[in-house]
Amino acid sequence: MVSLDASPPVLDVRDLRVSYRGRGRVVEAVRGVSLRVDPGEVVALVGESGSGKSTTAHAVLGLLPPGGTVDGGRVHIAGQDVTGWPDRRLRAVRGLRAGLVPQDPTVSLNPVRRVGHQVAEALRAHGLADRRTAAARSVELLDEVGLPDPATRARQYPHELSGGMRQRVLIAIALACRPDLVIADEPTSGLDVTVQKHVLDQFDRLTGERGAAVLFVTHDLGVAADRARRIVVMRHGVIVEDGPAAQVLGTPRHDYTRRLIAAAPSLTSARLRPRAAHATPSPPLVVARDLVKEFRLPAGRRLRAVDGVSFEIARGTTFALVGESGSGKSTTARLVARLTTPGAGTLEFDGQDLGRLRGPAVRRLRARLQLVYQNPYGSLDPRLAVEDVVAEPLTAFGAGSRAERRARVAELLDLVALPAGTARRRPPELSGGQRQRVAIARAVALRPDLLILDEPVSALDVSVQAQILQLLAGLQSDLGLTYLFISHDLAVVRQVSDIVGVMRHGRLVETGTADQVFTAPRHEYTAELLDAIPGRTHR
Amino acid sequence: MTELITPVAPAPPGGPAEPVPAAERRDRGLVRRLLRPGLVVAIAVVSVALLWAFVPGWFTGHDPITGVPAQNLRPPGADHWFGTDHLGRDLFARVVHGSALSLQAALIAVLIGLLAGSTIGLLSGFAGGAVDDVLMRVVDVLLAIPGLLLSLAVVTVLGFGTVNVAVAVGVASVATFARVMRGEVLRVRQATYIEAAFASGVRWTGVLRRHVLPNSAGPVVVLAALEFGQAILAVSALSFLGFGAAPPAPEWGSLISEGRNHLATSWWLTTLPGLVVIAVVLATSRISRALGGDGSTTW
Repeated sequence: MVSLDASPPVLDVRDLRVSYRGRGRVVEAVRGVSLRVDPGEVVALVGESGSGKSTTAHAVLGLLPPGGTVDGGRVHIAGQDVTGWPDRRLRAVRGLRAGLVPQDPTVSLNPVRRVGHQVAEALRAHGLADRRTAAARSVELLDEVGLPDPATRARQYPHELSGGMRQRVLIAIALACRPDLVIADEPTSGLDVTVQKHVLDQFDRLTGERGAAVLFVTHDLGVAADRARRIVVMRHGVIVEDGPAAQVLGTPRHDYTRRLIAAAPSLTSARLRPRAAHATPSPPLVVARDLVKEFRLPAGRRLRAVDGVSFEIARGTTFALVGESGSGKSTTARLVARLTTPGAGTLEFDGQDLGRLRGPAVRRLRARLQLVYQNPYGSLDPRLAVEDVVAEPLTAFGAGSRAERRARVAELLDLVALPAGTARRRPPELSGGQRQRVAIARAVALRPDLLILDEPVSALDVSVQAQILQLLAGLQSDLGLTYLFISHDLAVVRQVSDIVGVMRHGRLVETGTADQVFTAPRHEYTAELLDAIPGRTHR
Repeated sequence: MTELITPVAPAPPGGPAEPVPAAERRDRGLVRRLLRPGLVVAIAVVSVALLWAFVPGWFTGHDPITGVPAQNLRPPGADHWFGTDHLGRDLFARVVHGSALSLQAALIAVLIGLLAGSTIGLLSGFAGGAVDDVLMRVVDVLLAIPGLLLSLAVVTVLGFGTVNVAVAVGVASVATFARVMRGEVLRVRQATYIEAAFASGVRWTGVLRRHVLPNSAGPVVVLAALEFGQAILAVSALSFLGFGAAPPAPEWGSLISEGRNHLATSWWLTTLPGLVVIAVVLATSRISRALGGDGSTTW
């Protein structure tokens, strides 16, 4: 910074402090962050939710949400001190000198404007093109970010594009004016792994060609490891570690970094539980044969969500179904849970044909087969106290007296390592991880045989995710549970499963033991999925 | 990402380390919202009207039924706050004593609308399919007829009297309640926790009672507060038309109606009871907004 011969950093943040005000409270989100990004450098800013990483990124561009204020510190972009600039002056910097790739591609594009227009807007806002040249240039840009048939895409609306395509459009907008710095805020967190890999590869190539520096904000250490030369770890609004990627990941100095690395499933491959012993030759708990489920679409078309899926789940083991969105894995889980009925094929649970069960018999089955949902924010009734949520299945089946149920609830909360005081609180007062523990306590309340886990950890931060996975592994050995584990995250699946089934377009393309699928995949799609797991280049 | 979350101390062993919003913060916000001047006035107005209904003696010493003929048609003054009518009866006393009948009628009307309407809406939204279709077409028919006309038709069938007027007004509001309730139930029905309850083995009656009803009742309660004001108006309108309380008994609508005969000379006979009705209706509407959690109202 002091030396004059070296080119100045494109981003130099010194002692930045940001707080949020609301309802008479002040929350310090960023507490003295200093950070620099040199020209052409790729820096990853890593942290969990609430760490202040996104706030830092937004404060740099003057894009804080209402209530957020910069309390101190200086921000230099491309050698220019932009601290405290009014919005009007900052607008000339945004896009031109520093582009932003926002977090959520589903809401970051204007739904009533064609995407070509939105790319052209970025060019015209900075006077880099007029009406006619902007249109042609925007098609070029869309082509550069790898959109197939860019001229057609430019005339389409955001809802006509997939999530990956929309993210490419956002990248095109951010790169339109060839900025020196691109701030990417969790650019791919909502995308499937294979799509994520393609989008990020393209992004790396483009920024590399243009020599743009990148500040990559992410919660995923694996992604950071793959993409960044330097990694900055944030926690509770301060930077805890800053260094070259290899050093941060290989010899982390801070305890928190060490814990993050240990929790990141993509960076560790240790199993959480010894492999289930297959010594007891008992009949499998679940047998699915040629399951088919079709959904009727408008205009008389039909969508085959599940197409001839067959598998068996042995008692006490974990069967994982892996696939990307739309692969039919969740529908399969709902079929097994008897929340919907198959169009064809048979499904046996402990020798009973699930398809033939009706009315009261289905309800009796519920006692032996429970579900844990992906989103703990949606699966718990916000108005009920935790003890009532956990007691719900007990009450529904009239298990024990009121006092016995209360005792059982206390026991269950203890089992999932929640403090006893949680019993009287309501779900909105709990964190995501705590809520998922409540959901698990409810699911095991009736001592079921089978637990269907539908993406149980994908809505959680990595360190919380690791704790929940550990809890699930512990419960499985203690209670002898059988798991059907649905996930899009191969790294998580590797940690918990015995048998893995890979689904694509409603078909089960490969089934095998976890070791076999992960080390010697037979199907090319499995290989592609494995290749897309972030963090592999590091390991 | 959620930056609005406070940093907290490291995790207790086994427990996840994530912040927990404090319940006290919500309470403080509630207190502040309750102290908005408009809301304070609104609550005061409704409280006074209710006190009039229950303990009229606290507010006036005059007799609402028998007047002093010598003092007829006096303008408002220190003796008679609202003036007197053509029989020399104190108008303020009549308004105070009349609130019992008016509010009672409005209450009955709202209860009928609330109970019948939300039951229809609940069943319709929860059952779906043919049940939904049939119930909603009935509701459509009710909505197609103007409310007051429907009330008039019902009260003509039932006969005169305050309770009958109340029933008539209540029947006219069933459709609105049913619509709002159904909409809420349809929204709640989609929630994962409803499916989770079914998956836990809870019977449909249990799901309805424990999950659907409590989570969809909010807007209906807000509507009830709003409809209370509307019911006061509708009951007054029907009384004004002569379907309500029999003559000597005071009632807000009939007071305004009687005052018409002397409108040219004695403006207070229609205006002051009318202003009371307006004040109470506006107050219930403001309270209803507060119940609806409208934080944007600054007064």
